[in-house]
Amino acid sequence: MNAVAPIDDHPASQSPAQLAWLRFLKNRLALVSGVALLALVLLVLLGPAVVSHQPNSLTENQFAAPSAQHWFGTDDHGRDLFARVLHGARISLLVGIVGAGVSLIIGVLWGAVAGYLGGRLDNAMMRFVDVLYSLPSIVFVIVLITTLEALFRDWLAALGSPALASASRLLLLFVGLGAVSWLTMARIVRGQVLSLRKKAFIEAEHALGISHARILLRHILPNVTGIVIVYLALTIPSIILYESFLSYLGLGIQPPQASLGSLIAAGAGQINPIRIYWWMIAFPAGFLGLTLLALNFFGDGLRDALDPKSE
Amino acid sequence: MYYLKRILALVPLLLVISFLAFALVRVAPGGPFDRERAPASPEVERALKEKYRLDQPLWKQYVLYLGDLARGDLGPSMKYRHHSVNDIIRQALPATLVLGGLSFGFALGFGIPLGFATAARKGQWVDYGGSLLALIGICVPAFVIGPLLVMGFAIKLQWFPVALWDSPLNVVLPTLALGLFYSGRIARLMREGMLGVLNEPYIMTARSKGLTERAVLFKHALRPAVLPVISYAGPMLADLLTGSFVIENLFQIPGIGVFMVNSSLNKDYTMIVGLVLLYAALLLVLNLIVDFLYSRLDPQVKFE
Repeated sequence: MNAVAPIDDHPASQSPAQLAWLRFLKNRLALVSGVALLALVLLVLLGPAVVSHQPNSLTENQFAAPSAQHWFGTDDHGRDLFARVLHGARISLLVGIVGAGVSLIIGVLWGAVAGYLGGRLDNAMMRFVDVLYSLPSIVFVIVLITTLEALFRDWLAALGSPALASASRLLLLFVGLGAVSWLTMARIVRGQVLSLRKKAFIEAEHALGISHARILLRHILPNVTGIVIVYLALTIPSIILYESFLSYLGLGIQPPQASLGSLIAAGAGQINPIRIYWWMIAFPAGFLGLTLLALNFFGDGLRDALDPKSE
Repeated sequence: MYYLKRILALVPLLLVISFLAFALVRVAPGGPFDRERAPASPEVERALKEKYRLDQPLWKQYVLYLGDLARGDLGPSMKYRHHSVNDIIRQALPATLVLGGLSFGFALGFGIPLGFATAARKGQWVDYGGSLLALIGICVPAFVIGPLLVMGFAIKLQWFPVALWDSPLNVVLPTLALGLFYSGRIARLMREGMLGVLNEPYIMTARSKGLTERAVLFKHALRPAVLPVISYAGPMLADLLTGSFVIENLFQIPGIGVFMVNSSLNKDYTMIVGLVLLYAALLLVLNLIVDFLYSRLDPQVKFE
């Protein structure tokens, strides 16, 4: 921005990554969120080994309020809610992370190729993104998931394994949610690549005869990593939220498997004027809310740390 | 002149979208008559397919559809026999427009002041409390907020009816449940916009002239800071005016959102394409209006 070199107030010259890390450490809220997320991941990974109840074991003890034995109470089938919430949080996080990964791969490739090649191809590729933007995503997701489901069904029938059936539902969600979440990523990356492409160091590499693939992979993509990570951190919570909506529709994780969304939907289904089993909605919703809050604060912190303009 | 060109460009864009939706749903496996109650005899199925032109090649179906579309006819629904898509949209749209419009108003009316206040008091408890409120709005799904509102205000306090859509009091809870998410998004955009603007040199100039903080915030910062909100408001209104499945389902509101989801699940081809076109047309027109407003509010933005 400034033609004059900025005065360096860190004489022991730190790398941009180190500076970003220092900025991140100063952001108390983001730091707390990061620690909370780490704790959540550990809890979700190690918890099921520690908790004595199984998430899917049915008992006669239905709708039991939270107690020393069942920390979060039990649900309509007498299953321990704490074990189910841990199990659900694991699935939700998995769907969020892998779904965001799928959107990352499609979005970055699409955006980088469009921005790097420019011209007519760029125009056509971005018009395609515009068209997809103007389709209602819920229709797109439902059609995609039901289509893939029908394709998978034949395929699985040929293999004949019930264990694969539950895994295929996860796979459907990864693909479906990733496929509707890459559009903004593609736009952001394309904009960045478009401006990088004109920079002198890229021109110099062209002059040196370096191949396009190498320039794109080794010199352009590393320069968009920051903004991509930030947007990725904000995509994960939105995919988790979207999955919970699909679970509410009955298109998400299928019982007896659970995600946080399907647990909330089950709890919301038990609301009636006579009795409210508050723990069935409060604990999964609280878990989901806190996870999403932490992810959002963490993403914001990353953005502030990686984008020096915000100082 | 520029906007005339943009309006004309909508037509080919909508054609592409209509073709994409038309082809996508038909190429996908499964059809609208798969879930018939009795296993239909081959004759019945053939007659149904003939009636809805599904026996013809795809391109011919599309050409015939375009002919109907030119006359403003979206075709017959394949799930709700005896009803045309136009009829269904006409019946469902009023409730959705009322609910969507009110939620839009609520989202802006609550979100903009909230974002403004949190930015003006950055780092103080107003900021922390307000930002947390906005994030909670974003993070808690409507199917949680909705039942909670019903539990609190309809069942316990009995201030508002539990569901249905027949008196003005009916609109309050669904509007809150639907609008809270969007007001959270708006508040965050507004806060970021304000913080960005408050870093600009001209704000320092305004302050060093000795203007009061109130004048700086309201006269100099507000207008540019609201720009990101405006670009989000276009897609947001398109979403709101095509209904929300969760809210309509929860409160038994006869709106578009339920049809949007159910038609996709039922493979009601004509209904899906009709609703996709409705959404796309709304979105594209609203984006056009957003760009127009943008160029009015920000003299630096010029479209050629």
